[in-house]
Amino acid sequence: MAEKVGVYICHCGSNIGGVVDCPEVAKWARENLEDVVVSRDYKFMCSALGQDLIKDDIAKEGLTRVVVGACSPHLHEKTFRNASKAGGLNPYLMQMTNLREHVSWVTADKAAATGKSKSLISGAVHRVVHQEALAPMPVPVNDHTLVVGAGIAGIQAALEIADAGYHVYLLEREPSIGGHMAKFDKTFPTLDCSACILAPKMSDIDQHENIELLTYSELESLSGYVGNFKANIRKRPRMVVEPDCTGCGLCIEKCPKRVVDTEFEAGIGYRKAIYRPFPQAVPKIPVIDVENCTYFVRGKCKACEKFCPTGAVDFKQVEEVREVDVGNVILATGWKPFDARRVSQYGYGRMANVFTSLEFERMCNSAGPTDGKIVMRDGVTEPKSVAIVHCVGSRDENYNPYCSGVCCMAALKFGHLVLEKTDAEVTSFYIDLRTNQKGYEEFYARLLDEGMNFVRGKVAEITDAARYPGEEGKIILQAEDTLLGRQRRHPVDMVILMGALEPRDDSKELGIKVGVSCSMDGWFTERHPKLDPVATMTDGIFVAGSCQGPKDIPASVAQGAAAAARVVGMINRKSVMVEPVVASINDEKCSGCRICNTLCPYGAITFDVQKSLSGIETALCKGCGTCVSGCPANAISGAHFSNAQIEAELDGILFEIQQGAATGEGAPLAEKGGRHE
Amino acid sequence: MTFAYYPGCSLEASSEAYDISARAVCERLGIELQEIPDWNCCGATEASALGYLSGHALVARNLALVDKSLKDVVAPCASCFLNLKKTDKLMKEDRKIGGKLAEALEAGGLAYEPGSLRIRHLLEVVHRDIGHDRIQQAVVRPLTGLRIAPYYGCQVVRPVGDSGDADDPEQPQAMDELFSWLGATVVDYPVKAHCCGGHMTQISTEMSNELLRRLLYTADEHQADIIVCACPMCQLNLDAYQGKVNNAFNTAFDVPILFFSQLLGLALGIEADALGFGKEIIDSKDVLAAKLDQEETAETPSAPRRTRRVSRSLPMPKKD
Repeated sequence: MAEKVGVYICHCGSNIGGVVDCPEVAKWARENLEDVVVSRDYKFMCSALGQDLIKDDIAKEGLTRVVVGACSPHLHEKTFRNASKAGGLNPYLMQMTNLREHVSWVTADKAAATGKSKSLISGAVHRVVHQEALAPMPVPVNDHTLVVGAGIAGIQAALEIADAGYHVYLLEREPSIGGHMAKFDKTFPTLDCSACILAPKMSDIDQHENIELLTYSELESLSGYVGNFKANIRKRPRMVVEPDCTGCGLCIEKCPKRVVDTEFEAGIGYRKAIYRPFPQAVPKIPVIDVENCTYFVRGKCKACEKFCPTGAVDFKQVEEVREVDVGNVILATGWKPFDARRVSQYGYGRMANVFTSLEFERMCNSAGPTDGKIVMRDGVTEPKSVAIVHCVGSRDENYNPYCSGVCCMAALKFGHLVLEKTDAEVTSFYIDLRTNQKGYEEFYARLLDEGMNFVRGKVAEITDAARYPGEEGKIILQAEDTLLGRQRRHPVDMVILMGALEPRDDSKELGIKVGVSCSMDGWFTERHPKLDPVATMTDGIFVAGSCQGPKDIPASVAQGAAAAARVVGMINRKSVMVEPVVASINDEKCSGCRICNTLCPYGAITFDVQKSLSGIETALCKGCGTCVSGCPANAISGAHFSNAQIEAELDGILFEIQQGAATGEGAPLAEKGGRHE
Repeated sequence: MTFAYYPGCSLEASSEAYDISARAVCERLGIELQEIPDWNCCGATEASALGYLSGHALVARNLALVDKSLKDVVAPCASCFLNLKKTDKLMKEDRKIGGKLAEALEAGGLAYEPGSLRIRHLLEVVHRDIGHDRIQQAVVRPLTGLRIAPYYGCQVVRPVGDSGDADDPEQPQAMDELFSWLGATVVDYPVKAHCCGGHMTQISTEMSNELLRRLLYTADEHQADIIVCACPMCQLNLDAYQGKVNNAFNTAFDVPILFFSQLLGLALGIEADALGFGKEIIDSKDVLAAKLDQEETAETPSAPRRTRRVSRSLPMPKKD
C-alpha cells in the first residue's frame, strides 16, 4: 500500500514567507511528488492551530507520514513529533526540513530560495516513506548529581539539590570552595559584606548530609549518558590526611616559608607553603604547595609535620582517582580574570600603582593583605587621587569583543569604597556605563551624589612620563573626553584596571570531556540562548554561572538554582526516554573485524569473543553513525539514518532539480551553480 | 647568514653613521649584507601620498631587484622597513592593486612574488637572529656605567600582527634587552614608542618642538646619558632640533642621540672611527669618555638609589 504523506510549509511569519514562495512550494509538492495527499502552507506551523492542521489531516485523510518544512529541528522537531503523536502517528514518521536557517536566512534571492525549498521538501518526502516507527527507550536516572565547580553558582546548585533530598558530589579544583565571591569585600549594589552572605552557605555545604565535598580535585573524564554517567575524579594530594586533621592551623603558623599568593590574594598578599586560602575556608584542612615547600624543594624542614598535634601531615600522599556514578552533571566552572599585562599601554606590571580590579578587591577586604586599607604599592601611603579604567580587555576587538557585564557596577562599588575609606578623589573613565539590573541605576545615581567623577572616554595610555609641571611622580591617564570633545591628561596616585571576565583556560578541554560546545569566545553553549539557558545539547549536562557567560552574583545564583531545578525534575521522573536513533549490527553480515570497536567515540561497541561478533550497547549509543559508515561489510545500520533513507533523500533532492531544469523553473539556480557546485 | 641589504636614502646622507655602523656590526656578527643592486628611494611618506600606485611601484621595484636566492631583506631605516612591508602586504592581499603593480614591474622586465621575502628591521635581526648568547660572547667592551634611553619611535614596531611574535608595539623590548646584554643600564623609558614628530618639523615647528620636548624631558627625568635610536628620522629630529627645543622652552637639554648600531659596535670592540661617531650634532665623545672609562670604579653613582623595601609593601605583579 502506498504511503499517504502530508506536507506542511511554514511561513514563520515573514522569516521564511518573506523570501520563499510558500504557497508555490506547497502547490508544487502536491502536484509533483508521489504519495503526497495533502500539502498546505501556514503562517505559523508551531502554533496550536498549525499543529491542529497535522492532527486533523491524520484523522481525516489517513496520513501515514508527515513532512514539515519550517525552522531548524533543534527548535521544533519535538513540537511536530508530538503533534504527529497526538494525531495517532508514530512520531518518528514525521520528517522535518529546515527552510529557514538553510534557506530564507541565507539568501535574498526569492527564486533560488523557492527552488531550494522544493528540493529540500522533495528530499524529505522521498525519505519519509522509508522511515520506520521507533519507540524511545526508558532508562533509569541515577539520583546522584555531580556539580563541577564550587563558586557561588555551584554552591547554590548543590544546596538546592541536596535540600530536595538527593545526593550531590561537589567538585572543586582549589583547596577551598567559595570561588571568586569569597575574595570580595562588598557586593553591589547593596554593599552587603560578601563573606557574611557567602560563609553561611559554605558551612551549609560542609555540614549537609547529602553533599559529598571533593576539593582539590578535578574531573578527569566522563562517560555514559543521561541518567547514567560515570565520572572519574582525580584528587590531588594535600599532603595532609583529611580525617586526622583538626584544622588547628599550627602547621601554618610554624611554616617558615612565605609565598606570594597569586590565587586567593590576587598576587598582593602572602601565604605560607602550607596554607588554607582564607580563614573561613571549607574544608578547613590545609594543603601543602609542593612547588614552594622547603621540604619538597630542598629535602629538609618538615616543620609542619613536627608541630602537627595529630600527625596528620603525610609527605608521601599521592594523587587518587575515584569513580562516581551520577545521573546528571552541572558545570559551574566560572571565569578567570583578564591578564592586564596584555594591554601594555596601561602599564600594569611596570608601574607599581596600577592595580587590577581583583587586587583592589583584596585590598578593600578587611581580611586582606592591607587589612582593608586602601594604600599604594608601598603598603602605607594613602592615595589622594584614584582613577578607575573600564573595559580593560572587554569591548575591545584586540582582546574580547563582549561586554563583561559586571565591571561597571564593580567600578561604582570601588568608587564608593575609595570615597568612604579615604579622602581621595575618584574618577571613572568609561565608554558606556551599563547599570541595567534591579537597583543598579540607583547605585550609579548614589555615586554621582557621593562625588565620584565620570569621564566618558577610552583611555589611550597610562604613563609615568610627566609632560607638564604638576605631573611629576604621578600616573597620568591620557584619554579623549568624548563629552567635552578634547584630550585630557589626568594625573593620579593610583589606577584600578577593570579587567574583563574570561573563560577558564581549559573550558574547551572540559567541554570536550563532557560533550558541551563553547562559543567563539570560549563560554559554554546553552541549549537555547533564550528559552533553555541552563541545559546543553547533551542531555543530563547543565551549565550554571559565569562558565556560560559573564554574570554577576544574583544571575549566577539564579542560574545555579535553575539548573538544580532541572536536575531535581529529572530525578523525580525516575526514568528518561532516550532517543531510539541508534545503530544496530546485523550478525549475519558481521565479519568480526572489530574496526567499529575502536571507531566508536562512546565506547558503545563490545566484542563477543565466543561468537566473534561485535555488538552495540544500545543505551550508550548516541546514533552518531561513525560505525555505520566505517563498517567495511555494510553490517551496521543506523536507525532513522538507514542507507535506504539517505539515498531516497538524495534522490528526492535531485528529482526536484531535474524537474526544475525540465520546466525551466529551476534554471536560474542551476545556471548560477548554486546547488551543483 | 646572508641578507639582502636595503640602506635607503637617509643612510647615504644625514644618517651615514647608521649605514657605516650597521655594516661594521653585521660584519663583526657574521651577517653578510648584499646591497640590493641599483635600489631606489622607498618614497618615504611623500610618494604614496602623491600617487598611490606609483608610490607602491617604487617600493615594489626594490623588492623585485633582490637576488632571488635570498629569503630576507634587512632595512635599518624604519620608514624604508615599513614601506617595504606595506607594499609586500598590499601585493599579497589586494589582487587588483597587486596585479597592477606586477604589470608595472613587468614593463621594466622585473617580477616579484608577494610574500616571498621576509622584510626585517636590523634591530630585529640582531636581537632575534643573533640573540642573547652570541651577542654576549661577542662583547669585548661592556657598556657598563652608561645609562641608555631606548627610543623606538613609531615605525619600527608597527604594524604588528603578521609575524605573530612581533615586539609589543606599545612597550617594545628588543632594544631594552639588547642593551642590557651589552652591560648598559637601560632606563625604563615610558615614551619609547611615542612619535618624534617625523616631518612635522617642516610643517609645524610648534608641534614638533613639543613632541621632541616630551621625549627629551622624559629622558632627562630618567637621567639618561644617551638616547639610542633605530630610525634615521628620530635620530635626526632629536639631534638637529634639540637646540631649537631649548630655545623654544628655555630648557638646557644636552643629550647625545646615537644609533643603536653605533653603541653595539663599540661594545663589540669596533673602533669609534669605524662606527661613524662624531657625525652627530650633539657630541657624544665627552659623555662616553666620562661614563665608559669609569668601568673600574665599579660604583655607578648615577643609578637611582634603591629604596629598601618597606616590609609592609605589597608584592609587584609577577612577570610571566
